[in-house]
Amino acid sequence: MSTSSTVVLILAVFGASTVEMVEALTIVVAAGVTRGWRSALEGAAAAVVVLAIIVLVAGVPLIHYVPIDALRVVVGALLLVLGLGWLRKSILRASGHKALHDEDAIFAATSAELAGGAAGSAPGRRRDGVGFAVAFKGVFLEGMEVVLIVVSLGASQHRLGIAAVAAGSAALIVGIVGALVARQLSAVPENTIKLAVGIMLTSFGLFWVGEGAGVHWPGSDLAIIFLVGLFFVVTMGSIAWMRALRPMAAEPSAVASERVEK
Amino acid sequence: MKALIRAVRAFGSFWWDFLVGDTPELFVAVVVIVTLALLLRHHREVALVLLPVLTVLFLAASTVRGRQRREGQP
Repeated sequence: MSTSSTVVLILAVFGASTVEMVEALTIVVAAGVTRGWRSALEGAAAAVVVLAIIVLVAGVPLIHYVPIDALRVVVGALLLVLGLGWLRKSILRASGHKALHDEDAIFAATSAELAGGAAGSAPGRRRDGVGFAVAFKGVFLEGMEVVLIVVSLGASQHRLGIAAVAAGSAALIVGIVGALVARQLSAVPENTIKLAVGIMLTSFGLFWVGEGAGVHWPGSDLAIIFLVGLFFVVTMGSIAWMRALRPMAAEPSAVASERVEK
Repeated sequence: MKALIRAVRAFGSFWWDFLVGDTPELFVAVVVIVTLALLLRHHREVALVLLPVLTVLFLAASTVRGRQRREGQP
């Protein structure tokens, strides 16, 4: 495995983890502010532990017991589904056809929802089941996509450790930044990161589908760089083309948009 | 038993949302791409051109569909 594909792997996992962790942290902060920090942090920590166990339980056997070509076809297909979905969404957002992901709106909506169910219980140090459950669910659901990316990319390249460290580093950095800036997560350029990661996941996906099926790419791993370049050009062209089409007013609520189209 | 059924349903629901969700065309696209890759394993030159081109076309089609759905068109 060449250095270039390892670098792209680290960038893809780090970027994906950053985006998902920003979304998870918004929910954790909302749960912490409205229901108490103890339960919110315990819920988030429990979810991280469960996700780490899933990586170990699913990832290690995949590497050791599944034939590498079959694994690469399945992994490539999963990465293609994920990557094309992220690219499509990013193109629609960048061209103004879909509302941008608004962490402030999501924070406000989650806080209002939690505060509404908190009649008479002020946030404090005691345990709160709702706060724990909301934080756990937020981190677990957002983290599952990261786990899929870590396990699939890591297993197909036999770089599970590197992929896990990249994802963990991103989660740690987002956590530290989140603790410092608290509610200013909306400043993170989520759509740009999602677009870049979408390009990388789609490139990896197509590469592994080809390699696993026996269609070997010219230049071996260097073909990943070519595919990244190809999808970058296609994505930029698509955004320019979609912008040229009659622009529509973006939906006022990003929350509603996210709920309809996750 | 009920807990088991609920867990299986949640597991199935997660994978359905992940693989199909509201963009079934992308799931179909990936199935087509994987099938073609397997069928064209002995026609490498054709596969090397067809796979990226098809991926780009499927992405463009899905993006246009997404825009049309937001405009309320069929």
